[in-house]
Amino acid sequence: MAHGSILQPQDGAGDTASVAPRRKRKRVLPGFHLTLGYSLFYLGLLVLIPLSTLFFKAAGMSWDAFVTAVSAPRVMATYRITFGASLIAALINLVFGLLVAWVLVRYKFPGKRIVDALVDLPFALPTAVAGIALTALLAGNGWVGQFLEPLGIKLAYAPAGIVVALTFIGLPFVVRTVQPVLQDVEKELEEAAASLGASRWQTFRRVLFPAIAPALLTGFAMAFARAVGEYGSVVFIAGNMPMISEITPLIILIKLEQFDYAGASAVAVVLLVVSFLMLLAINALQAWQRRLTSAPT
Amino acid sequence: MRTAKRHFIKLGLATALAAAGLAGIHLPAAAQQKIDLLNVSYDPTRELYSQYNPLFAKHWKETTGGDITIRQSHGGSGKQARTVIDGVDADVVTLGLAPDVEALVTHGKLINEGWQKRLPLNSAPYTSTIVFVVKKGNPKGVKDWDDLTKTGVQVITPNPKTSAGARWNYLAAWEYGKRKFGGEAGAKDYITKVFANVPVLDSGARGSTITFSQRGVGDVLLAWENEAYLTLAEFGADKFEIVYPSLSILTEPTVAVVDKNVERKGTRAAAEAYLKFLYTEQAQELIAKNYYRPTDEKVKAKYASQFPKIELFTLDAAFGNWPNADKVHFADGGSFDQIYVKK
Repeated sequence: MAHGSILQPQDGAGDTASVAPRRKRKRVLPGFHLTLGYSLFYLGLLVLIPLSTLFFKAAGMSWDAFVTAVSAPRVMATYRITFGASLIAALINLVFGLLVAWVLVRYKFPGKRIVDALVDLPFALPTAVAGIALTALLAGNGWVGQFLEPLGIKLAYAPAGIVVALTFIGLPFVVRTVQPVLQDVEKELEEAAASLGASRWQTFRRVLFPAIAPALLTGFAMAFARAVGEYGSVVFIAGNMPMISEITPLIILIKLEQFDYAGASAVAVVLLVVSFLMLLAINALQAWQRRLTSAPT
Repeated sequence: MRTAKRHFIKLGLATALAAAGLAGIHLPAAAQQKIDLLNVSYDPTRELYSQYNPLFAKHWKETTGGDITIRQSHGGSGKQARTVIDGVDADVVTLGLAPDVEALVTHGKLINEGWQKRLPLNSAPYTSTIVFVVKKGNPKGVKDWDDLTKTGVQVITPNPKTSAGARWNYLAAWEYGKRKFGGEAGAKDYITKVFANVPVLDSGARGSTITFSQRGVGDVLLAWENEAYLTLAEFGADKFEIVYPSLSILTEPTVAVVDKNVERKGTRAAAEAYLKFLYTEQAQELIAKNYYRPTDEKVKAKYASQFPKIELFTLDAAFGNWPNADKVHFADGGSFDQIYVKK
């Protein structure tokens, strides 16, 4: 019914996980036009309209005012800490999230279901609660902090605390995107590789990694994007020192406190655009990766 | 998956419609017999108003025979002002400083000009001041403002950009620096040294109190006098003590009726009575018991021992007025920003 239309979907659903060979086929579900219209409408309603108001607010100021607002030294410092800490946190999650997913998929142990459920807790917890809990834990008189501070490791009220908070809120993204894909990789594949004389590292690098790489990247991108906008868990633990541990969302809030709506929107726009560009780049990377892995061998 | 989603959408729509319907039917009927007021306030008044509200409700019942419920909302003063501008239905605002109320005039057109003259004493029914809270025994020997610049003394204060209390802290310190270290240049140098000793900037007064008293960070907490007493009451006078500096600022939290909202809701009489009652002896007692400085002379005399006499200066005397103080110190590029961003 949708044949000959200009709106051909590029790929079926589940593009993150499509390890099966692709082929052109007739769509099983009818009503593509209707559902596409619905998707666009829904996205517009929920995402584009609210975000566009940001751009309109920022458009109220002159170009010079915009540049001054978004490039003040104190604001620039927050970009460094926000994007830097988000990147580090997402990288930590990339490694340890994969590990967690691996253990959850490949091993059986008592209490596994509980561990599995625990992974989602950062999703469910109000982030401010997480921030207060982490601060209580890591402050100089906290359970953990009291042992770390004598060693010169200062986590609460320091940039390192921001990384801790962002790692906490980002963990489920990597685990939950990698887990199902890993589940799909059959154990026999590894056994076959082993029987052909591959070492464990070779098996991981040549057999497993290509299969889960797109999912890993997706998880990484989502954890990163989430961290960039995170506010609640960070403000309690960061110490919020200008030029050192202020995050960009806090600067936006401070500008709002001063009734500087335009300035706040301007900084928010920068945050959005940079995040969007990074997500696009990661998507492109993924597409490229998929082409590599789906190429005939 | 698809059916489940559709089901949820239906459910959501149904709930929303039901809620809207209920509200529509419910509200006018309720408004006739019972008045609801919303008091949007700032952080440290939480305890005061939770005690004041029943007192006023009782008074309202006695004088008018009607029932009244007052809800209260607390948070950083500036943030609270913004929520009202953005549409929270506040009947009265009782905020930490006049500019936050003034913002409702200039940004929201919610309060009429000249609000500060409508109630006695510039619409400040109670005052307070800024004091130091230190650990019991005062191990670092902090006696006055200049001790805050000593090496090894960590000072806890919220961020003046987001907290009313922090602005009072900052201005009190500035004026001390100005008097002691020779004018504006000396004050700037002094305040830079103070903030070099600040390890954490929370966004609100309550946050700073928690950082200091519960997380054990810092040696001196700059706090509202009433917040300092609450800290002692909450965590024990065996852990902390209050130090009065030689000079401090007279803080004037201001209150106002939100004209536009009360006119729409028809609650003007109740809202005005609510604020006026703050000036009565009964309410002033309660205010003093919550460690705010009463303005009623009789109550003031009764509680004189609770509020040590120190030299207090007013903001207007030292900085002219709020718009001026804001512009010089807290606007982007003001003296506070200059502490952190070296030119």
